[in-house]
Amino acid sequence: MPKQLIKGNEAIVKSAILAGCRAFYGYPITPASELAEAAAKYMPLAGGTFLQAESETASIYMLFGAAAAGVRAMTASSGPGISLMQEGLSYLAGAELPCVIADIMRGGPGLGNIAPEQGDYNQVVKGGGHGCYHTIVLAPDSVQEMADLTALAFDLADAYRNPVFVLADGAIGQMMEPVEFMARPVEPRHMPWAVEATPETRKNLVTSIYLEPDNLEAHIRKLEAKYRRCEREEVRFEEYQTGDAEVVLMGYGITARILKAVVEQLRATGLRVGLLRPITLYPFPVAAVQRLARSAKLFGVVELSTGQMLDDVRLALNGARPVEFYGRAGGNVPPAEEVARFVRRIARQYGVAVAEEELAHV
Amino acid sequence: MEGTHMATQIKPDRGMVEVNQEECKGCGLCVDVCTPKALQLSTGLNRYGYHPAEYAGHGCNGCGLCFYACPEPGAITVYKRTLAEPVAA
Amino acid sequence: MSEFSVLQQKAESFYPNYGRKAELQHQTHYCPGCGHGIISKLLARAIDELGIQDRTILVNPVGCSVFGYYYFDVGNIQSAHGRAPAVATAAKRARPHSVVVSYQGDGDLAAIGTAEILHAANRGEPITVIFVNNAIYGMTGGQLAPTTPVGAKSTTTPYGRSIFNEGYPLHVCETLASLEAPVYLERVAIGNIKGILQAGKAIRRGLENQVNGLGFSLIEVLSPCPTIWKTTPQDAQKRIREELSKIYPVGVFRDLTGDRGARPAALPAPTLNELPALLELDAAHTFETPDRRPTQAVDWRIKVAGFGGQGVLMLGEVLAEAGLAAGLDVSWLPSYGPEMRSGTSNCHVRLATHAIDSPLISRPNVLLALNEPSLRKFVHTVEPGGWVLYNADTLPPDCRRDDVNFVTDSFTKIADGIGDTRVGNIVMLGALMEAAHLVGDEQVDAALAHTVKSARWLEFDRKALVAGKLAARRIVQGVVQ
Ligand SMILES: Cc1ncc(C[n+]2csc(CCOP(=O)(O)OP(=O)(O)O)c2C)c(N)n1
Ligand code: SF4
Ligand code: SF4
Ligand code: SF4
Repeated sequence: MPKQLIKGNEAIVKSAILAGCRAFYGYPITPASELAEAAAKYMPLAGGTFLQAESETASIYMLFGAAAAGVRAMTASSGPGISLMQEGLSYLAGAELPCVIADIMRGGPGLGNIAPEQGDYNQVVKGGGHGCYHTIVLAPDSVQEMADLTALAFDLADAYRNPVFVLADGAIGQMMEPVEFMARPVEPRHMPWAVEATPETRKNLVTSIYLEPDNLEAHIRKLEAKYRRCEREEVRFEEYQTGDAEVVLMGYGITARILKAVVEQLRATGLRVGLLRPITLYPFPVAAVQRLARSAKLFGVVELSTGQMLDDVRLALNGARPVEFYGRAGGNVPPAEEVARFVRRIARQYGVAVAEEELAHV
Repeated sequence: MEGTHMATQIKPDRGMVEVNQEECKGCGLCVDVCTPKALQLSTGLNRYGYHPAEYAGHGCNGCGLCFYACPEPGAITVYKRTLAEPVAA
Repeated sequence: MSEFSVLQQKAESFYPNYGRKAELQHQTHYCPGCGHGIISKLLARAIDELGIQDRTILVNPVGCSVFGYYYFDVGNIQSAHGRAPAVATAAKRARPHSVVVSYQGDGDLAAIGTAEILHAANRGEPITVIFVNNAIYGMTGGQLAPTTPVGAKSTTTPYGRSIFNEGYPLHVCETLASLEAPVYLERVAIGNIKGILQAGKAIRRGLENQVNGLGFSLIEVLSPCPTIWKTTPQDAQKRIREELSKIYPVGVFRDLTGDRGARPAALPAPTLNELPALLELDAAHTFETPDRRPTQAVDWRIKVAGFGGQGVLMLGEVLAEAGLAAGLDVSWLPSYGPEMRSGTSNCHVRLATHAIDSPLISRPNVLLALNEPSLRKFVHTVEPGGWVLYNADTLPPDCRRDDVNFVTDSFTKIADGIGDTRVGNIVMLGALMEAAHLVGDEQVDAALAHTVKSARWLEFDRKALVAGKLAARRIVQGVVQ
């Protein structure tokens, strides 16, 4: 199969267009600007719309308009821009509109810097907007997954009528890897509920207003049921050498790539270490964490933040196993050796033996 | 003599209005805009407690202005006489 | 009765009964005498007259008119406070045959939504905006609007609007008239029946413009709010005539409907089969990678470093492309951002026979240092037995190591000899290939052909590659180990 060496950010755009996305509204921000630039180049060629909006606020509401009119639409940004979009995300979820948002995370808070960080986890996975809603969050750890998960994001957005995030960090967004794109482009689809300015869709209404408390509660319960279904059916994760792992490491995005190297290094020294990489951050792989907790002694969470996904791991474990955390922030990305030192330390601390010693005991 | 008198009396109105009492909110804007004073606010109340507008029964010239002055989409329907002369009674 | 025919009746574009409303489904929720009701009727009438009910999309943001979808039997999109122009922009672009109406209050349009309206107008979005200026926040109970007159009291200006605290009333038509794009801007006033009829004409023209494929139209309507103004419907209209029309004079602020032709129609969309080529995913832009990986296991962890402008990232990219052509798994990770513009620049390239775990390289086995600071920064991270290529004739004493292979030469000077200093990076690449044989010559050439788009530059690069190889052949024998 032919492959293309391509940046993560550009891969998202090509994959989106192949997946039938025909509208991109966005505002430039490093390290996500290549998305807007690629969309500006390719969207018009594909017969779609690209528009650089006046702000991220406008962008997210342009998504609202495009999605309401039945078009697959996306935007992309990074921390500060995602913060501005939070209002619109609440409206999109409330009005049950499908769309895709790529967040290529950078350092925060405030202007922070443009280096890779994972500090948007809380605002994206937990939702920074008002009301009882969730966004579905996919976390690629390679450029191939940037492409694959973008296509999946559009399908999930439609299936659940909900905004879906592709949450990546500056490193995954900026790096190039070979990608095999989907073989057959997807035909732009028709949504029966959309307002398409046709006689058939004239009675359609897109709204997030439910004035009567009972009606709003019923709506919220409907959304809740949808999220429960999503939690049952859409959890995705990758396990790497977890079979006999006594220490289970967890991380996503670029961190998961580093953790794979850590697992390799430590396995070579006889430490039984494995990696559980959530691919969906919402829904979070709770059952996988709990299953591994039965055999593992200890969990180690590594993030480019001061600990955000950490909370979800703790909630999943609910005290069943100890959890230790290693985080770098501000744009620092730890090399595998640095993380390996952390893992060796916690392994010692909790009395996890290296395999040779165990063998000696037998 | 009587006949002549009758003819001026029933000089046919060019128009007629109907006020939907259920929809009217009694703002009186239609009353103000009607120069021939063919509309008035009822002394009675509709079930929301408004004094709804009502047609005086005669005098409408079919100008249609009350329709435009009224804020309610369907409170007023204006009719226009289609026949130039009334059929003799 | 048979002698009467209907002259004016409820518009077809209204639902006969307002089933979306919780109660009182045959009445609007507007207060008696409210301008919104009158304006809605004018809008519905115009939709009827133009025969566009089936293709109209009404966008209602918040304000007293938020429930427009109760009444209008057209496609409805309810949106957030102030954002209707953004929503309308995208809905219109998604459905170009539609007639999109953004119906906004003065708080909505002239306060929270100023950015959205200004930019939609400035882009000339072919939408119709009905801007209801009642000089107050109606829905939330009478707070200051940007359009509230100076001195006027509101619940948030209990002492009256002060020019020193809240500034002056905002003039929307006048402001938008300073832009080039809008086609039609008119202010009308619901102050008497004449004003109402004029408003009807203006609204109809605003829609007609869209039907005719022209650009942005906005109709500002000075509209009575008897409830918040605490006055009768009659006195409210009087205030429109006597006070608000003085601050906001009615009239046409822009009319280019006769001068501007229809906007160009969108080009036909390509077929799905044409898409991959349009996305540059055809054979000319991809590698048909060999099915089998090279048998001898390798894991090249390369760090390329120099200053911005030395072609650091490009050198890395050619290496990664060459690796891909050779059937290796590859990754390329740049340092990015301001660093790219000045200062130092580096990238991490990994070429391996196995799936690459971390693309981050902390222990390189190849360092390509294009300047001294880069050498100094990374030389001690190189794995023993690895390669260090350095862009100068001699190695600084503190960078010497005897457990790695050095290839030092002024690659940039060699490039100068070829005719362009900018191919120094490729000279270094040639030297690397000669010294360490990362991948085959054909694959490097294929990678160059892929990365370098101009034929002239490709020639330069090919020369540079050969020059680099010759240089390495000279040095490697003498210097290495
Ligand atoms: C983000 C946000 N802030 C505040 C509000 C509350 N709010 C609803 S309507 C409104 C003012 C509307 O005033 P205007 O646009 O003048 O319309 P009117 O009610 O006068 O017709 C406000 C502040 C909101 N819905 N959303
Ligand atoms: S149509 Fe004219 S004359 Fe007749 S009731 Fe209405 S305003 Fe009066
Ligand atoms: S204008 Fe309409 S709502 Fe007001 S009194 Fe007349 S009919 Fe009733
Ligand atoms: S508060 Fe004012 S604007 Fe709102 S419905 Fe009542 S009269 Fe109309």
